[in-house]
Parts: sequence; structure tokens; C-alpha cells
Amino acid sequence: MAALMVVASRNTVHGVLFLIVAFFNAAGLFVLAGAEFLAMILVVVYVGAVAVLFLFVVMMLNIDLGEIRQNIKSYSLIGALIGGVLLAELFLMGIGWHTSPEAFDLTTAPVADLNVSNTQALGNLLYTHYALAFQGAGLILLVAMIGAIVLTLRHREGVRRQKVGDQQARKAKESLRLVDIPSGSGI
Amino acid sequence: MIISLDHYLIVAALLFAIGSIGIFLNRRNVIVILMSIELILLAVNINFVAFSQYLGDLVGQVFSLFLLTVAAAESAIGLAILVVYFRNCGGISVGEPPLMKG
Repeated sequence: MAALMVVASRNTVHGVLFLIVAFFNAAGLFVLAGAEFLAMILVVVYVGAVAVLFLFVVMMLNIDLGEIRQNIKSYSLIGALIGGVLLAELFLMGIGWHTSPEAFDLTTAPVADLNVSNTQALGNLLYTHYALAFQGAGLILLVAMIGAIVLTLRHREGVRRQKVGDQQARKAKESLRLVDIPSGSGI
Repeated sequence: MIISLDHYLIVAALLFAIGSIGIFLNRRNVIVILMSIELILLAVNINFVAFSQYLGDLVGQVFSLFLLTVAAAESAIGLAILVVYFRNCGGISVGEPPLMKG
């Protein structure tokens, strides 16, 4: 799949684009699995937001890739080794597992009948049983947003900006001056 | 060809392995490491959805939704930290931080 190109591509921008392709593929898999809402969310969130964020950061930071590329050889052996071991373990797990017969009885929320769409069933579950966890997820997003803003905010010196407090605190006494001009003479 | 649970599991395992290989292969580039973490989380998501379909349980999809939320927040925070680090140190490399003086 295209995910191989994410880690293998020489240019980081190409890597981000291949990441987008990989997410599209995963969204297609979700549609095949009957989870249309999650597929839609995946496309909207990842392709729309996260990938654009990655592209923005990659283009903004403008790293030189020469010194990064030069010592990839030293890591390729141990990387391939660890990845191969992990893949072998995962395939052993994939071959060896079997579902216990009690697992089907443990389902807490069965997939609803066919006249309710996937989105509606998910919403029914999410807003009733998992309302607290849903609000927790919202809180996580809020904290992430505030954290990102606080981290990247900076005050530059020497930039003239509007100070609303100073404007409001200005009195007429200190900014106005009445001058008596005798008639006949100029200022 | 009917798509069974095993195919989903194989794809997820491949994705997970590619993500972890990417972490170990690109130790100098933080952005590629973040993208690899996204790949690993995507593999976990595929597993959740596949088992949710297999067991006929909708809770897996709910949990996958929360996982998507956390992954998005994590990547946003990671990229923000990356931007600040680049601004302070003038480069992103995991190996030796150029400014480590008191």
C-alpha cells in the first residue's frame, strides 16, 4: 500500500501526500466494513485537517534533507530487524487466535437493525451511554487547541498594535489642553 | 472475493509494522516520526472497526471515534511543539539538541 511510501519517500512533502493516500485507502476499508460514519470522519479529519497541518509545517520549516539522509544507512538494519520481528509476531498472533464462544454474548451494543443507518446508530449510542466520554473527547480537543495556540503564540517587539486598555483609560483631562488666545495675535 | 476479518487484520498488521519501521528508520526527522505514529494509530483503528464488524458490536466504532480525536489532538500538539522547537533551535533533529546550555 501507499503507507510504505510514507516512510520510504525521500521528500517529506511526498511523504505527507502518500499519507493522505493511505488515509483514503483506510476510509475505503471502513466503508467496506460498514462503518460509513467513521470513514467520513476519517476523510474529513485526516485528509482535511491533519494532512494540511502536516503539509503546512513541512513547508514552513523547510528542512534540509541532506544531513538527515546521510545516516539512514546506519539505522536501516536495526529498523528492518525490529520491524520484521514485530511483523512476525503480529502474523503469529493473526494465525493463532480464535474467538472464544462467550465473546458474542458479551456484546453490549449490538449493531442495530437495518432500517437505522450506521451514523444514526452510532449517534444513539454516543449520546446516551457514552455521553460523558464524548464530552471528555471534546475537552481533550479544547485542551489541544488552547495548547497549540499558547505554544505557537509569540509577541514580537517593535510591532505597533492597538492597545484597547490604553484607549479606554484615556481621560479628557490629560489629552486635551485649552489654550487662551488673545484676540488679534496668532498662535 | 469476500473480505473476512483476517484480511483486515493483515492490513492492520502491515500498517503497524510499516509505522514502527518508519520510527526506527527515520530517527532524525521528527515529522516523519509523527506521521509514523499516525500510521500506527490508523492500524489500531482498522483493527477496532474490523472487530466491531466481526462481533456485531458498535462500541468498537465508538472507541475508534475517540481514538481519532486523541490522534488529531496529539498530532496538533506535536506539530506545535515542533514549530516552537524549530524557532528556538533553528533545526529539528532528534539526536543532539543544539541548545542544551543551562
